[in-house]
Amino acid sequence: MKKMITIQTSNFSFLLSSKTMIVLINLLIIQIILFWLSLSLGKTFDPLTSLKVLLGQGSMKDNLSIIHLRMPRVIIACLIGSALAVSGAILQGMIKNSLASPNVIGISGGASVAAISYITLFPAASIQFLPIVAFVGALINGMIIYFLAWKGGISPIRLVLIGIGMSAVSTAMTTMMIVMGPPHIASKSMTWLTGSIYGASWTQVYIYLPWIIVFLPAAFLLLRSLNVTQLGDDIAIGVGSPLQKQRIIFFIIAVALAGSAVAIGGTIAFVGLMAPHIARKLVGPGFGGVLPTSALIGSIIVMLSDLIGRTAFQPISIPVGVFTSAIGAPFFIYLLLKKTR
Amino acid sequence: MTSVFNHTTKRWLGLFLLFNLLFILFISSIKFGEYSTQWKDILYAFTHFDYSNEHVIIRDVRFPRALIAICIGANLGIAGALLQSLTRNPLADTGILGINGGASLLVVLAVTLFSISSLNQFTWIAFLGAAIFGTIVYALGQTTKGDHSPIRLTLAGAAVAAFTTSLSHAFLIINASALDEVLFWISGSIAGRNMAMLIEIFPYMLIGWIGSILIAKKIDALQLGEDVAKSLGQNTVWVKLTMGLLIIILAGSSVAIAGPISFVGLIIPHMARFFVGLNSRWVIIYSGLLGASLLLLADMISRLIAMPQEVPVGVTTAIIGVPFFIYIVRKGRMQS
Repeated sequence: MKKMITIQTSNFSFLLSSKTMIVLINLLIIQIILFWLSLSLGKTFDPLTSLKVLLGQGSMKDNLSIIHLRMPRVIIACLIGSALAVSGAILQGMIKNSLASPNVIGISGGASVAAISYITLFPAASIQFLPIVAFVGALINGMIIYFLAWKGGISPIRLVLIGIGMSAVSTAMTTMMIVMGPPHIASKSMTWLTGSIYGASWTQVYIYLPWIIVFLPAAFLLLRSLNVTQLGDDIAIGVGSPLQKQRIIFFIIAVALAGSAVAIGGTIAFVGLMAPHIARKLVGPGFGGVLPTSALIGSIIVMLSDLIGRTAFQPISIPVGVFTSAIGAPFFIYLLLKKTR
Repeated sequence: MTSVFNHTTKRWLGLFLLFNLLFILFISSIKFGEYSTQWKDILYAFTHFDYSNEHVIIRDVRFPRALIAICIGANLGIAGALLQSLTRNPLADTGILGINGGASLLVVLAVTLFSISSLNQFTWIAFLGAAIFGTIVYALGQTTKGDHSPIRLTLAGAAVAAFTTSLSHAFLIINASALDEVLFWISGSIAGRNMAMLIEIFPYMLIGWIGSILIAKKIDALQLGEDVAKSLGQNTVWVKLTMGLLIIILAGSSVAIAGPISFVGLIIPHMARFFVGLNSRWVIIYSGLLGASLLLLADMISRLIAMPQEVPVGVTTAIIGVPFFIYIVRKGRMQS
């Protein structure tokens, strides 16, 4: 018997093996180092200055570039990554298919349609409302998908397939918006669609933070039911799980996490797919380990992609979504191939 | 499965009706547009050409465009029919399975990285893209037993499509000047194509059509199951490879001219089977004609719905096609 750490309150409990704890601590260390590196690396590499700034000892100039320009961006990368990853983990658990992710099943699509419509139709409107608009788009699309997949209950496979269909509609609609809108907006929209956190500011951090504070812990409250779902529908119902009700809650949380992330950063692809897989590789299938591990891995992937995109090809800055797809796609193909064997 | 035309005579009659429908749509497609013309101009533009605006528009813009719509529509319909037989998946479509996306990714690469602009090169690049990504999706969709699980194949296709789209976007962001050039094209459009383009690609299309009709009898045997086909003395590997090659030719040549147009290949074979049942030769012929009619109609809608602007036809077909897709999913013929 492995050493387990039990965390339990009245309606919330999970086991963490000591191995999982070690993995989590290691990931946390990597994340902190990456955070520090991202703050330090710009046109020049200066880890000491950024450390000074963090301790409140920096000069005005350093404060400006590090606290006002780099820090919000790094924080956003970190939060988006973990939200997408946890959303992906919940979806994969709920649908019991490891190929599900917010992108593939069309949640991101709804957000894209709403956001691109907003950019194109109201070019003068404040960018501040973009997250809300995108989130509403994700929610509406999520509801439509859920409604259409409902046939005396939700079958996960129907949900995925309907999601694929709806994501085709949203792709068509976004393309239409881009093609028919004014040309100077096309490039802006395209960048948003690929996923970019180029202009991240503290305001965005403040807008986004509540979502994370509410919905990430909410996901952790569902751990127990997610674990039970994995045993199969019959057993889950047998042990007293209100399956359909839980599926709605899983879905809402997944939509809220992915939708708000897409709202801030655009459709950053493949993070929601990759992170839970890596997490399961590291800590095994129990959701008590998978959720926190995915969250950390997701944030590491997005931070790293943004760091590379921002620094490797200077002066061009490459949107973070390009890198996540560049890593994610081969990873995905590897996954499928491995499963075939 | 019962079909509407269950008799050969009725099928010939249906064929005749379809040709009439196609002709009516063809003429209407030439007649209607932003610039209004008279019915008689359509004839006079060819018999008494007088260099008037009406005649020039009809001869140089609308006539080629309608012909291109017919050819591309036929291509997509037939490719869809072959693909649904090959994968035994009622949701198969060159768009959903990522084949169109693969072809356009390579074309976008060619435009942004190598500044290629000749149509003939486009075509071969599109073939290559369709072949590479088609093979990837097909391989990914295969289970250990070697047969195809529809869900797996559809998911693999969706993921590969997501991948090709995001990569295409990425290249277009990095090379912004190419964006204007290919933006309308990557959304699927047959606007602004001319006769010379069609003539250049037409031989490939013709090979695709004739090849599909010729191979139909073999497909019938394959439908009964791989074992049955083998026991009838069929070399199933060759038949499947040929089908794959035909799909690549049909899809690739469409993408080269019109960009990725989805959902025509999904809807049309279902309609064709509704009319003629499971006889592959008839399904392929009907798919061609119905596909041509659908794309003509979709193209007209795209032109007329938001005049004077134009919606890319790929958007229209997606909006028509998705309700149909959802209908098939809900009907629940997909078993995992």
